Amino acid sequence: MRIDLEPRRVRSRVLEIAAPVGALLVSILLGGVVIALLGKSPVEAFQVYFVDPLLESWSLQELAVKACPLVLIAVGLSFCFRANLWNIGAEGQFIIGGLAGACLGIATHDGAMQETFGGWWILPAMLLLGVIGGAAYGLIPAILRAWLGASEILTSLMLVYVAELGLDYLVRGPLRDPHGFNFPQSVTFDDVARLPFLMEGERLHAGVLIALAVVAIAAFVFARSLFGFEIRLVGEAPRAARFAGFSEKRLTLVAFAISGGLAGLAGICEVAGQIGQLQPAISGGYGFTAIIVAFLGRLRPLGILIAGLVLALTYIGGETAQVAMKLPQDMTRAYQGILLMCVLGADAVTRYRIHLRIGG
Amino acid sequence: MSADMLELVLMTVVTAATPLIIAAIGELVAERSGVLNLGVEGMMIVGASVGFAAAFSSGSTLIGALAGIAAGVVLSSLFALLAIGLAINQVASGLSLTILGVGLSGLMGAPFVGQKREAASRLAIPYLSDIPYVGRLVFGEDMFVYAAIALVAACWWFLNRTRAGLTLRAIGDNHHSAHALGLPVRRVRVLSTLFGGACAGLAGAYLSLAYTPFWSPGMTAGRGWIALALVVFASWKPWRVVLGALLFGGATVLQLHAQAASIGVPGQLLSATPYLATIVALMILSIGARRNAAAPAALGQPFVATR
Repeated sequence: MRIDLEPRRVRSRVLEIAAPVGALLVSILLGGVVIALLGKSPVEAFQVYFVDPLLESWSLQELAVKACPLVLIAVGLSFCFRANLWNIGAEGQFIIGGLAGACLGIATHDGAMQETFGGWWILPAMLLLGVIGGAAYGLIPAILRAWLGASEILTSLMLVYVAELGLDYLVRGPLRDPHGFNFPQSVTFDDVARLPFLMEGERLHAGVLIALAVVAIAAFVFARSLFGFEIRLVGEAPRAARFAGFSEKRLTLVAFAISGGLAGLAGICEVAGQIGQLQPAISGGYGFTAIIVAFLGRLRPLGILIAGLVLALTYIGGETAQVAMKLPQDMTRAYQGILLMCVLGADAVTRYRIHLRIGG
Repeated sequence: MSADMLELVLMTVVTAATPLIIAAIGELVAERSGVLNLGVEGMMIVGASVGFAAAFSSGSTLIGALAGIAAGVVLSSLFALLAIGLAINQVASGLSLTILGVGLSGLMGAPFVGQKREAASRLAIPYLSDIPYVGRLVFGEDMFVYAAIALVAACWWFLNRTRAGLTLRAIGDNHHSAHALGLPVRRVRVLSTLFGGACAGLAGAYLSLAYTPFWSPGMTAGRGWIALALVVFASWKPWRVVLGALLFGGATVLQLHAQAASIGVPGQLLSATPYLATIVALMILSIGARRNAAAPAALGQPFVATR
């Protein structure tokens, strides 16, 4: 069998939108096959994964809460990916951001540092620390690439393991709650150091608003600013970008700082919103899932918002399926891999006319 | 430390280096043809789970190894379909393979968590293996170690001494020229990708059959990524892969011994050393060499035939 590709001269708008939707449908079918192979009912699984979470108020809120870090990270990644820079260490930047912000949350535990000025400044400062921490961590692979030419793919990924181990050490060591009966977790933050909930007694926290604001800002930057143009140009026509005098080094640093900063922001939103303390593991692999979100959203902020909700659905569905159908958590990860493959395959359809030649 | 102890430590270094050698040499061949497959980690971990499952069910280490290889080939064919057949970005395709592989390995390995079997047997040649200090190091390893060395030698010979190897390198350096010369760019790339997958699968099977004779989720612990870094570290030259892998193996073993001896450094920090060492190695290499001068010129670029 041979596959011949003929580049399309004009990319059709309809296909651009139909492709990810089609990919989603195909991936659901393939996921169903895997579930059938595991000896479970694909129909029931579809119900649990994609329908049930949409029917109840608490699960809809949970959806928004889970989508929040995914969207934040993926918007950041889109800056890198569009410029053909491969930051795959968002998981690490998420952790360091969460850790940096959490340090302040721990330091101000039980009213400490709040006597003179009150506690209003703590949460903004935590968020800022999260951004700075994530950006600084993201700048390491960027600097290594810009000045030494070291592969940012490998260095950013290696730093994920380092961040995970670092967090594990700190939570079991210096940052552990001294009165916590040796449980590996920090003290819980004061209320002033938590993201406020949007409704009394519910799960939806203010991080969701932050994510929406970031999407809007990113959409504006890509569409209207010189910087957004620079990013797109470097990715799509690097030679032209060089002639235009855009500095690749500067762009590498800025793109990684944005991407790391947003991952760090996601990290601190998760810690200060969902969890309220530090634990040995604070991310459920959000940094990697966000890569799928970025591609499913076709590297565009609005698309990413929708894609983030779709992937959040698979997380929640996966948790329910674990209890209701005894489907292992790995099913979710495997499905996410299938989904990314389908999305990438669909991308080829928008770019090329594909001719299959059997036996040629 | 006595000489006998030293021999034992060196043997563990060899064991730690072997999966890295096998996975890296496969990726090296793929990269020489211009294909950057970031799915090594995913193929390796599926190789580990499938390899263990097959060996446990059949009772044969060889069948386990073959099953690992087959799993790697199947997964890499998915990558080949995306990245070569459909000319999709290789980085993204490789990442999708790793994500899929990590999930699949968990699904397939789940029934085997907690099961144990005998580690792959080691070679024992009368007299030779009994030579003091070096006998077991040279003549008493498991079969995978010898296979790894043979693989490296074969790849070196193939790439540098055969016409087919020259063709492969030409395609990796400039696919348009190679295409214009009538060389089968995509076929060669598919084959080298499948070879890379077979090696990654075998490397994974080694982990669950010989390195630690059981399956546990996530047991590759980033070794696939380290293998990718090793290819860069080796400047795409086969024998340097062995050197690099031994250095990394050494770092890993040293770190384990330091943890066992509890020298007062936190265990997590010691566990982080192989990853930090990888970063440092990439840095040193980038300072030393002219920026990626040794890399195949068309590495990672999708190829679409134009007439």
